[in-house]
Amino acid sequence: MFDFKEYLRLDMFPHILCPGCGHGIVLGAMLRAIHSLGLNKDEVMVVSGIGCSSRLSGYVDFNTLHTTHGRPLAFATGIKMARPELKVIVITGDGDALSIGGNHLIHAARRNLAMTCLLLNNEIYGMTGGQSAPTTTPGKVSTTSPKGQTERAFDSCRLAEAAGATFVARGVTYEPVAVEKLIAGALQHNGFSFVEILSDCPEFFGRFNRVGSPSDMLFTQKQHTLDAKAAAALPPERRKGKLLTGILHQDSAPEYLATLDRDFAGAVRPDMRE
Amino acid sequence: MATATANSIELLQGNTACAKAALAAGCRFFAGYPISPSSEIAEKLARLLPEAGGRFIQMEDEIASLAAVIGASLAGMKAMTATSGPGFSLMQEHIGYAAYAEVPCVIVDVMRGGPSTGLPTSPSQGDVMQARWGTHGDHPSIALAAASPKEFYELTVRAFNLAERLRTPVTLLCDEVVAHMYEKVDMAALAQLPIENRKKPNGAPGRHLAYAPGEDGVPVMAPFGDGYRYHVTGLAHDERGYPTQNPAVIAATQRRLHDKIEWQRRDIVQFETVDCNDAEVVVFAYGIVSAAARQALRLARAQGIRAGLFRAITLWPFPTEEIAALAEQVDRIVVAEMNLGQMLGEVQRAAGNAKRIHTCLKADGETITPEEILAALKAGRETHV
Repeated sequence: MFDFKEYLRLDMFPHILCPGCGHGIVLGAMLRAIHSLGLNKDEVMVVSGIGCSSRLSGYVDFNTLHTTHGRPLAFATGIKMARPELKVIVITGDGDALSIGGNHLIHAARRNLAMTCLLLNNEIYGMTGGQSAPTTTPGKVSTTSPKGQTERAFDSCRLAEAAGATFVARGVTYEPVAVEKLIAGALQHNGFSFVEILSDCPEFFGRFNRVGSPSDMLFTQKQHTLDAKAAAALPPERRKGKLLTGILHQDSAPEYLATLDRDFAGAVRPDMRE
Repeated sequence: MATATANSIELLQGNTACAKAALAAGCRFFAGYPISPSSEIAEKLARLLPEAGGRFIQMEDEIASLAAVIGASLAGMKAMTATSGPGFSLMQEHIGYAAYAEVPCVIVDVMRGGPSTGLPTSPSQGDVMQARWGTHGDHPSIALAAASPKEFYELTVRAFNLAERLRTPVTLLCDEVVAHMYEKVDMAALAQLPIENRKKPNGAPGRHLAYAPGEDGVPVMAPFGDGYRYHVTGLAHDERGYPTQNPAVIAATQRRLHDKIEWQRRDIVQFETVDCNDAEVVVFAYGIVSAAARQALRLARAQGIRAGLFRAITLWPFPTEEIAALAEQVDRIVVAEMNLGQMLGEVQRAAGNAKRIHTCLKADGETITPEEILAALKAGRETHV
């Protein structure tokens, strides 16, 4: 029986998240995914950066590391290399992973070191009060784009796939069971797995852009997405402007540490010897 | 004591000495980014570490390098990185993280001429203040400065020992000359250097008070994955590692972070004095400049100037008491450094009377010569005698 209290540090509560924030839904899905796989709490390592979503690492009763802004994947790389038996999960936000930490995301994807990156995308900088993010879609209002965002937004899944991630998926908080399954799939993947979850920030994004109540926000997000399998059968005009959900990419490229050990077992080429 | 044999003598480059010492100190993880004049350390460890069961990784930048080092250290491996000025600048945020989260690690900075990209393969001592105050906020710092390849080896081992004992980042500074210079060293003697390891908890696993200090002010450290589940953050935190905004808790932690270093100050602060007993004037120098100072002493004594040398090995914490005592017994101090006067301010502060302090400063990519130091020794004499 799954009991979320078993996985939480209740002595750290109350948490900092605002009413209606979607991040708790993602946290619940992550804990259920970990429970469904029967992982021992001692073997789970949660690493996060800076931002609202990155605060989740503190509330869970695993090995937890709350790092600096944008760098959790780099810290996680060191942990995983030093202790490969740990199941490393990185929780990051859209600003954390795609703006200040964009370089680390593409290189973690390129290396294919076995860890799972959960990107909680709420299209805004929530912790600092509602500034625009590299995911804020054109026209959306924020404190630093008061007349509407003029820059284009990143599609983080396409970015991760292009950089070499071997498992790429997207979920929406409107569908927590699907998110749980995507996270479980990512955790079972032997390589760099990346899951973007569209979360919501009613306090800033929702209020500024008049999206309505938190539940209206979740529903609006759902309306902007399409299941990847279903979308494949649809004509292009019905897919236009929609983000695809589900497993978007999966391949079996060799995992980083396995490659490293295999290659090091060989001899150094004579002309590269000292 | 081990005796030198033909087999134990090696001709070592400074950077190679550092890499070999890291391995001897128990370092099993290196993450870095190529940068002159430090790259040989990474190149050497890329070969040596995997052979020793360790891990080497070239990261995407210096920010990621120190992040990976901190991660590996938290997971139980002794870890280090090596860089030069521009990379050292990029590492500053994570140096602060390691100081606050109390993660042992060693950062080697082979100093080159700056600011900015500056002089990639010319020597400098321009990073000594950055080693003290480079990261934001109040924090103690330990920085050591090597004056020869052999000492680069010894101080690499020492940097790991201090990092592990005190759960703190330690910066090891040297300059391009020491990094690329070769010296004959007896490896058998160096193999005798003591090795220290972080203290681990011996209580039952499970929830763990990660930041409850021992009598020495240092909390024991459980590697992630050993069954002690706890939280580490760069936010102000309590003994559980949980974020806090309680002023009393924050103040106590700030105090403890300084105390754990201050309480061992006498052991941490190392220096060498040469001919100081009868000296009228003493050169304050560190790193490669101290080699020029030694020759300047000989030239000065030949001309009847009673000159001595105070060679700082530990730059931070600064040898304040020692310089204050020295200032009591000599007429003048000449500060010689390859920058425009960084440690000078510390010497002035410790010595009290700034009028008796003279300088030999240079920041043009060239080393300071014995003749230049000699001129400074004489100039001071003309003014004051």
